[in-house]
Amino acid sequence: MNDETNKIAPNNDENIAMSDEQQTIQNITDQDYKYGFVTDIEMEEFPKGLDENIVRMISAKKEEPEFMTEWRLKAYRHWRKQKEPKWPKLKYSEVDYENLYYYAAPKKDGPKSLDEVDPELLATFEKLGVPLEERELLAGVAVDAVIDSVSVATTFKGKLGELGIIFCPISEAIQEHPELVKKYLGTVVPYTDNFYATLNSAVFSDGSFVYIPPGVRCPMELSSYFRINASKTGQFERTLIVADKGSYVSYLEGCTAPMRDENQLHAAVVELIALDDAEIKYSTVQNWYAGNKEGVGGIFNFVTKRGLCGGKNSKISWTQVETGSAITWKYPSCILKGDNSIGEFYSVALTNNYQQADTGTKMIHLGKNTRSLIISKGISAGKSNNAYRGLVKVNSKAENARNYSQCDSLLIGDQCGAHTYPYLEIENPTAQVEHEATTSKVSEDQIFYLNQRGISTEDAVGMIVSGYAKEVFQQLPMEFAVEAQALMSVSLEGSVG
Amino acid sequence: MLSIKNLQVSVEEKPILKGLNLEVKPGEIHAIMGPNGSGKSTLAHVLSGREGYSVDAGSAHYKGLNLLEMAPEIRAREGMFLAFQYPIEIPGVNNTSFLKKALNEIRKHRGEEELDAIDFLGLIKKQMKLVEMKEELLKRPVNQGFSGGEKKRNEILQMAVLNPMLAILDETDSGLDIDALRIVAGGVNKLRSAENAFVVITHYQRLLDYIVPDFVHVLSDGQIIKSGTKELALELEERGYDWLIEEAESKA
Repeated sequence: MNDETNKIAPNNDENIAMSDEQQTIQNITDQDYKYGFVTDIEMEEFPKGLDENIVRMISAKKEEPEFMTEWRLKAYRHWRKQKEPKWPKLKYSEVDYENLYYYAAPKKDGPKSLDEVDPELLATFEKLGVPLEERELLAGVAVDAVIDSVSVATTFKGKLGELGIIFCPISEAIQEHPELVKKYLGTVVPYTDNFYATLNSAVFSDGSFVYIPPGVRCPMELSSYFRINASKTGQFERTLIVADKGSYVSYLEGCTAPMRDENQLHAAVVELIALDDAEIKYSTVQNWYAGNKEGVGGIFNFVTKRGLCGGKNSKISWTQVETGSAITWKYPSCILKGDNSIGEFYSVALTNNYQQADTGTKMIHLGKNTRSLIISKGISAGKSNNAYRGLVKVNSKAENARNYSQCDSLLIGDQCGAHTYPYLEIENPTAQVEHEATTSKVSEDQIFYLNQRGISTEDAVGMIVSGYAKEVFQQLPMEFAVEAQALMSVSLEGSVG
Repeated sequence: MLSIKNLQVSVEEKPILKGLNLEVKPGEIHAIMGPNGSGKSTLAHVLSGREGYSVDAGSAHYKGLNLLEMAPEIRAREGMFLAFQYPIEIPGVNNTSFLKKALNEIRKHRGEEELDAIDFLGLIKKQMKLVEMKEELLKRPVNQGFSGGEKKRNEILQMAVLNPMLAILDETDSGLDIDALRIVAGGVNKLRSAENAFVVITHYQRLLDYIVPDFVHVLSDGQIIKSGTKELALELEERGYDWLIEEAESKA
């Protein structure tokens, strides 16, 4: 989030902790991370720590044009002047930025086709259920798979190429489409934006680039799976999606990570740009390793995601299902600059055990007749803490802006917390802004009712939670919705005694 | 089918059931009547496995199985059904998919094949006619936005779909107008067979005009103080419970 929100005192801090629930609803216990395995691939690592040399080395390694190297260096110098933000409702041991590796990639040169891809890597994707081979053709999904920073395989390029769509690793885009990258990179999230985004700008390793030409409707869901693999490797993904005039694209991002004992830093940046009459739908299912039951390990996920509705009648819709990470710090936002533009944010954030999430959105209304919708569903279990933090800002020139926000919290057990921090900054009297918030809990009565119909307690909790989050799941593409619902049950296994 | 012997149950150390005995055989309908606070709902909850009740003595067997040691979902899968006095709302969970899940859990337990969506829809539409329920209610979340009468009909619809061996109806008549009562009772009557049994818990005799019981038991202060046939219910309608309670006390 921008600095501006740091200064504003929360106008609503509900600290809700449940107490005295009966014994059927108990603490989270036994769920082990199902995707906790490590791929044994030789890694090429740079020395630990960060200085200008490392930044230059990353840029050189990727054979980047000079403008990129310079941009990275400017970011690096700016980052040295910045301090880690302390305003989120998060507690964690300090990250030692000098003790991290800032670049890691499989040693071999990039493969030309799937045949050249390390079979072990393919086996890993198999285990994760990532459709990387022929199955993806049937599923209609093009995958730009990223393992630790370097894209290993990109498919469907030809098919998309016929339509003029560019979908490739951002490292490739920097080399092959420097004019597009130069034009748009950092225009929504400038390298000065915030501590994590600035760090990302300096050291980002790879990510996805999408460009949809004017009037083109992307015929398939674009999808990218991310994965942290090398121990102590900061993961700095950078994604840039540009939808030119009158185009449409739906992009899916999903992630799982192997089990690790040490905390791992993840600081991604995603920028979306929608020009006149364009629409971008960005969906995320996030399941990074959350740490064990005692709160040891897990990913620190500090992500900056922002979309610019730059053109008139443009639309950006964020949908996120966040079930993983030890720490989630993430506010996918929309800048509604074009007249009549629309921003949407649908979120399910589930925390269990000792997980902490501080997540929400910012809707910045600049253009006339702009509209935004916020549907946030927090689910807290175990000893976790879940905060919604959102800003609705209506600029003085944004005539007839409309916002509707609904922020619900669901509590499972009596040791978790839910918090809501809605910030409103309204500078135009024609604005109509509505905010609704509810807090509920999974009741023993509901569980017993389902039990009495033959449904096990775990299935019952899964059903109740899925029902609660239905409005958000409905926004996900079908195959993702199924995966997300399964993740809910997996993440809550053992949460009810 | 159901055999309860000297069942003693307390809630937070307060005794509620104080030595209850009951035998239910296949094909029978037993009515349990009694004044408020006599332990009727406690009996329904203990039999179906609700937490928060402490069984201090006695036993309850169902089809020869030790009921009190079984998880509530296992009791359900073994063919026990409780029609709730206050059916619970589950927001966002579709009524049809909930019921399909429930039926398939029971079928799996029995080693039967699960029903697919088409077969299930055929079954539910047929059973809906028993309770004259609007099809629209299938698309809604479980019990959400249902009127009191619709909730009770939804309970009977669930019973009709799940086809239990032993159904316990906990004050199903409460809050129902006479037309709804007739529909609900009609549903029960169509479901009764020589194989299944019903325990009908009610405060008033009027339900028993429509669901005719084989046996009527009067529960008072945690014990069955009198058992008889349907004539007993009529007598209770006329004379109330007090004379029976006094009679029981004078015997004790």
